[in-house]
Amino acid sequence: MTESLDLIPVLPELLVVLAAMALLMLGVFRKGEGTASTTTLAVLVLIGAMLLTWAVGGSERALTFGGLFVLDPFSVFTKVLLLAASAITAAMSLNFLEKEKLGRFEYPILILLATLGMMMMVSANDFLALYLGLEIQSLSLYVLAAYHRDSTKATESGLKYYVLGSLASGMLLYGVSLVYGFSGTTSFDALAKLFGGEHAVHPHLGFIAGLVFVLAGLAFKISAAPFHMWTPDVYEGAPTPVTSFFAVAPKIAAMALLVRVMTGPFGELSDQWRQVIAFIALGSMFVGSFAAIAQNNIKRLMAYSSIGHVGFMLVGVAAGSADGIQGVLIYLAIYLSMNVGVFAVILSMRQKGRMVEGVDDLAGLGKTNPAMAAAMAVLMFSMAGIPPMAGFIGKFYVFKAAVDAGLYTLAIIGVVTSVVSAYYYLRIIKVMYFDEAVESLDRSGSKALGLVLAAATIVNIVFIAIPGPLLNSAKAAALVLFPAAG
Amino acid sequence: MFEIGLSHYLIVAAILFTLGVFGIFLNRKNVIIIMMSIELMLLAVNLNFVAFSSYLNDLVGQVFTMFILTVAAAEAAIGLAILVVFFRNRGTIAVEEISQLKG
Repeated sequence: MTESLDLIPVLPELLVVLAAMALLMLGVFRKGEGTASTTTLAVLVLIGAMLLTWAVGGSERALTFGGLFVLDPFSVFTKVLLLAASAITAAMSLNFLEKEKLGRFEYPILILLATLGMMMMVSANDFLALYLGLEIQSLSLYVLAAYHRDSTKATESGLKYYVLGSLASGMLLYGVSLVYGFSGTTSFDALAKLFGGEHAVHPHLGFIAGLVFVLAGLAFKISAAPFHMWTPDVYEGAPTPVTSFFAVAPKIAAMALLVRVMTGPFGELSDQWRQVIAFIALGSMFVGSFAAIAQNNIKRLMAYSSIGHVGFMLVGVAAGSADGIQGVLIYLAIYLSMNVGVFAVILSMRQKGRMVEGVDDLAGLGKTNPAMAAAMAVLMFSMAGIPPMAGFIGKFYVFKAAVDAGLYTLAIIGVVTSVVSAYYYLRIIKVMYFDEAVESLDRSGSKALGLVLAAATIVNIVFIAIPGPLLNSAKAAALVLFPAAG
Repeated sequence: MFEIGLSHYLIVAAILFTLGVFGIFLNRKNVIIIMMSIELMLLAVNLNFVAFSSYLNDLVGQVFTMFILTVAAAEAAIGLAILVVFFRNRGTIAVEEISQLKG
C-alpha cells in the first residue's frame, strides 16, 4: 500500500509550529527586550490557525500520518474553541506582562507550543499521538507556570505542577501499556472495532485495569477530584495571565481528549467506565462547591470553581450519549466565554499600580467602577447557572442528558452542588455592591482587557436569544463520535 | 526447567512502578528523589511495553518505548531547570520547604 502523506488536515498545526520556530528566531536575533511585537504576531498566528482549521475541516473524517491523526467535526469544533481561548488569553496578558516587567519573548512562543500540543491531543487517533500531544502541552505548561522565575510562589507552583503532572503522565502511560498488552494495538479505531460488532471480545481484567489507569491520568489533566490537589496551588502561584490561560485552553483540550478516548476506543465498554466517571464527577462537584466557600484569594476561588465546572461537564460524559457529549461541548464553549471575562476582571485588579488578588479587594467596585462591576455580576450569575445567562444553558444540557440516561442521582446532586456553589459567586456580587471599599481599585486596565470583558458579558447575556449556531455545531461535532446514532 | 515468561516481566514492572509512586508520596527529603521516582515509573512502563511487544510479536510497543525515552529526557531537563530556579529563590530543595501555597 503506497500512499503519499496527506498534509492538508495538519495545516493548522504546521502553521503554529512553523510560526513558533520563526518567532523564536525573531526573538533571539532581534535587538532589545519587550514582548509586544512577538505576542501580537502570536495572536495573529493563533487566529490564522483558527480560520485555517475552519477551512480544512469538512463534515468528512480525514485520517493522516498512518491513522494516528484524525480531523473530524469534533476536533474542528474543539480546536476552534481552544485556539480562540489561547488567542484571547495571549492578547489579555500583554498589558500585565509589561507592567510586571515579565515581558520576555519566550512567553508567546511557549503559548504557541502548548497550543500545538493541545491541537495534537484533540486530533489524536492513537495512544502514541495522544501521549506526544499531551507531553508537548504539559512540558510547555510546566515552564509557563514557573515563568515568573524570581517569584518564590511561581517557581513553587511550577515545581508542584511538574511533579504531579509527571505522575499523571506516568499513570496514563502505565495504563496505555496494559491496554496495548492485552489488546495488541494502540489505535483507537482498532480498539473500537475489537470490542464492538459481531466478533466482540470480552475485555481482559488487565485491560480494564489499564482503562482505569488511563482514566486516572486524564482526570489529573482536567483537574477532576480526587486528582485535583495541584490545581489551587498552581492557579494561585502562577502569574495571573498564565492562570487565565490554564483555566481555559488546557481544560478544553483535556476534556475533549477524555471524551474522545471514552467514546472512541472504550466506547463499547461504557458499562465499565460509567461508574468511575460518575464517581469522579460527584467528587469534583462536591470539592468545587464546598472547598471554594472558604477561599479569599480570587485565583484560588477560580481554581475550585473550575474543578466544579469540570464535575458538571463529566456528568454529560457519564451520560455517554450523543446528547451528553453535545452538552459537554456547549458547556466548554460557554465556560470559555465566562472564564475569559472573569480573568479580564482579575487581570485589571490593581491598587496603586500593584497587583491584588483578594476577594475583599473588589469591595466598593459597584461605586468606583460601575461598568466593570456590572459585567462581573453578569459573569458571576452565569457561572452560578442562573437563567437567562449562558451558564444556565450549559448546565441544562448536561443535566438533561444525565436524566435521559437514567442517572437521576447524579443529576440531582449536580443541581444541589450547583446551588451551593451559587453562594460564593453571589458573595462576590455582594462584596462588589454592598461592602465599603477600604482602598479602591485603580481605573487602569488596557483596551484589550476592556474589549474581552465587554465581549464576554455580551455573549453571556445574548446567548439565550441566539443559541442556534453553537447548539447545531456542537450536535454535529458530537454525532461524529457516535457513528451508529447518526 | 524454569523459564522467564511474560508474567515475570509484568510483575517486575508493576513492582518498579509501585516503588516509583510510593517514592513520590512517602519521600520527605529531597526533590531529586522525586525526580528519580518519576524516571523509575517511566522505566517500568518501558519494561511493560518491551515485554508485551516481544510477547505479541508486534513492533508498536518498541516504537512507543523509544518515544517515551525521548520525552522522559525532555521532561527531566525541564524538571531540573524548574528545580534550579526554585533553589535560587529559596536556597533549599527539601520537600518540607515546598509549602508556601496551601489552603
